Amino acid sequence: MPSATLILQSLASGVFIGSLYGLIGLGLGLGWGLLRVINLMHFGWAFLAAYITYELRSRSGVDPLLALVFLVPMFGLLGMGLQAITSRFAITPFSSLLTTFGLTAAVEALLQLIWSADFRRMSSVYEEHKIRLGTVVLNQAELITIALSFSLAAAVWWMLNRTDAGKAMRAAAEDAQIATAFGIDARRLSLRLAGVCSALAACAGVCIALTFTLAPSQIFSWVGVAFAAVMMGRLASAWSPLFAGIVIGLSEALTMALIAPTWAPLVAFTLLIVILILRPVRD
Amino acid sequence: MTSSKGLATAAIVLLGLAVAPYAGLPVHFQSLAYLFYFWITLATSWNILSGYSGYFSFGHGAFFGAGMYAMANLATKLNWPFLPSALVAGVLAAFLALAVGAVVFRLKTIRGESFALITLATTFVLATIIVNTPIDGGPGVYLMGVDIPKLGPVAASTFYFLGLIVAAATVFVAWWLLRSSFGLALLAIHDDEDVAEVHGVSTFWLKMAAFALSSFIAGVMGSIQALYVSYVTVSETFNITVPLTVVLMSILGGSRHWAGPMLGAILITLLTSLSTDSEVALVAKALTGIVLTTAVLLMPSGILGAWLARRRRRQMAGHCAAKEPREVPAHTNEQVEASDLAVPREQATTASTRLPSGSEAEVVLRAQGLSKHFSGIKALQGVDLRLYRGEILGLLGPNGSGKSTFINVVSGHYRPTAGSFTVMGQECAGLAAHEIRRRGVSRTYQIPRPFSGLTVLQNVNLAALYGAGRLRGADAQRQARECLDFTDLADRADFFPDELNLHQRKFLELARALAARPSVILLDEVLSGLTPGEIASAVQTIKRIRDQGTSIVFVEHVMNAVMALSDRLVVLDQGQVIAEGAPREVMAREPVIRAYLGEDSRVS
Repeated sequence: MPSATLILQSLASGVFIGSLYGLIGLGLGLGWGLLRVINLMHFGWAFLAAYITYELRSRSGVDPLLALVFLVPMFGLLGMGLQAITSRFAITPFSSLLTTFGLTAAVEALLQLIWSADFRRMSSVYEEHKIRLGTVVLNQAELITIALSFSLAAAVWWMLNRTDAGKAMRAAAEDAQIATAFGIDARRLSLRLAGVCSALAACAGVCIALTFTLAPSQIFSWVGVAFAAVMMGRLASAWSPLFAGIVIGLSEALTMALIAPTWAPLVAFTLLIVILILRPVRD
Repeated sequence: MTSSKGLATAAIVLLGLAVAPYAGLPVHFQSLAYLFYFWITLATSWNILSGYSGYFSFGHGAFFGAGMYAMANLATKLNWPFLPSALVAGVLAAFLALAVGAVVFRLKTIRGESFALITLATTFVLATIIVNTPIDGGPGVYLMGVDIPKLGPVAASTFYFLGLIVAAATVFVAWWLLRSSFGLALLAIHDDEDVAEVHGVSTFWLKMAAFALSSFIAGVMGSIQALYVSYVTVSETFNITVPLTVVLMSILGGSRHWAGPMLGAILITLLTSLSTDSEVALVAKALTGIVLTTAVLLMPSGILGAWLARRRRRQMAGHCAAKEPREVPAHTNEQVEASDLAVPREQATTASTRLPSGSEAEVVLRAQGLSKHFSGIKALQGVDLRLYRGEILGLLGPNGSGKSTFINVVSGHYRPTAGSFTVMGQECAGLAAHEIRRRGVSRTYQIPRPFSGLTVLQNVNLAALYGAGRLRGADAQRQARECLDFTDLADRADFFPDELNLHQRKFLELARALAARPSVILLDEVLSGLTPGEIASAVQTIKRIRDQGTSIVFVEHVMNAVMALSDRLVVLDQGQVIAEGAPREVMAREPVIRAYLGEDSRVS
């Protein structure tokens, strides 16, 4: 039986990795629920942002958090541009999965052309700073990820529920035609929303760069858990991917501590399967 | 292309491919050809379930991987020879698919994206289990020393021929399926699964069979691939490459055509195998991605889908030009037909007098205490009802009174909460919709729900194949043609439902209901939305259906037609029968008037 310290420590890392799952899932779930786009390119954006963060840091010494200031608007615009193109075609959730897969594969190849298939690790000041909470140790990078995930979820909640644009987005997602009849410019809103989603992907990318080793082939390793986090809760919800992500992160961390690290994927995917099977029928 | 011409072409191509290694095809090209066969097999086998029925699986890698590991273990640890190992690999993959299907195909919630995700998750669960157990254990399995049967002139020819055999067999199966009733039903499931079930298709078992077949082929191909790569690892086997590549190939080529996946596989394999030089390969990969994105945006139904649609538009252009003059009279003779309405009214009165009453007439449909509750809302409460042979029973009631629920329960769409109903004396409550259909109950939908990807003839043919008559091949075809003649749709046989007007789509519903050779037809507002002229012709058609001996339950708001057609009326209100009897007498009763016009109205 592992010690209490070990279990507490793995719970802490579970919360950390879970918040990252939630952060990735946040933009993914928004796009799925409100734009009806299952956007694999979300992972493409995140990795592109992660590599740019890495490059800025290792070449010019730019602080990763400073990079956010520049990455958020940049990726927001990129996402809007992509949406502007794809929304011109009749697209179903399923065909969106395929089109965005094609783009993600292209991004993967692009990353490999520029940065090679080797693993890259960003050296940053944040990981050096350890923070001790009793017996549990987390580094600053992990805390930044947790804080960013929670504050972005809060911001998205505020946007969806407290701003006119957010309410209009939800109305347009429900029935674009009726919403348009009530004077909502559904197309402009969808562009803005797509921008928000890809900006969120950029934030997730910075967090990935902060604590993880980067390789182009790693893009798809995040797909399963992020989808699990999104589908476990409601689509287009601000908080549910975060909480679902943390549940997944905790169960993975506990599996690693109590059984073996190699069994960890079983937990996330079994959870996803069970959730899908037990989901209530909507008549 | 006629099928005999097509078969001849296929035979020539196959023969050419079979002699190529003997004619001195360079070894390098033989290895390359294996790659093509490999992807053709995987993409085509995936398409058998996913392309035809629309259940997009992202778990093809799981079944392929199961086959690889079956071979890796059987051949190295148990020293089994090639052929039994390959077959067992396929069977194992098929059983795995049946186990997954037994759970997910029962659930209406698992369609579309959730089926894709659940099959993808299955892949990773399987991978985790294999890497953590002696099946692999982590380091991977070597298959160097395994004996492989020698085929062809050189060493590389073995895989060339194994690939060719499996690929040719798979494409043949995919082609044959589309010509069979099995394939037609899979396409119907793709378009509207609930309606397919109501039209007699046992959707659950059909999906199970397609899933098992598709996975069996993937398993066999996996077992061959294990020998080809001769070193099997979990991370190389169960990654996202196989499921995504096969999806892409099928979508690119066209997933509703048997040759679509093959075309897509050839194009994508060509693109990715153009060069082994890594930089060029990367650029090729990026291009593949962009080509895919563009293709899905521009041709959502794939290359073959777009080509077929184009060819069809050309045909239609010619067809419509020829048909134009015929359309006009159909819309101009309304006055003539409106007067026809008087005829059935007279006949209806005679009909109701000749109708035998009480026990001497044969009861076709009998409901006893039939109830349906939706979490507190009592849509039907203890409905007792009889339908006699050759009778038209008008089912009336205000909106929300339970008429549609009654039809949905009796057609098997919903299971009754309580009570029972029998058709020709056979208990049907609680049966699946397709079983009720085969016992002789047909229905139409108020808003027509044709299978949009099938032609008018195929729509009706499916109903004949899976109906109460359970007709086969040519008999079903003949029955379908007769029903199209009967409903004046004969010249629309090769049209798609989208190309029909509302009147014709409603008649297509009728034709499908009739093709099943039912003893009872439930008509759910067939007349709503039609013009007076169209109503008159529909009324005539319904009368003729009854005259052929079929009993009809007729839900309708067009009162003229109800009074003209019905032999007897049953009036529902809030899920209960409030009146029953001869049309004129029932409509004069106070509870009926109250139900229709409100509590305060009085008959003066």
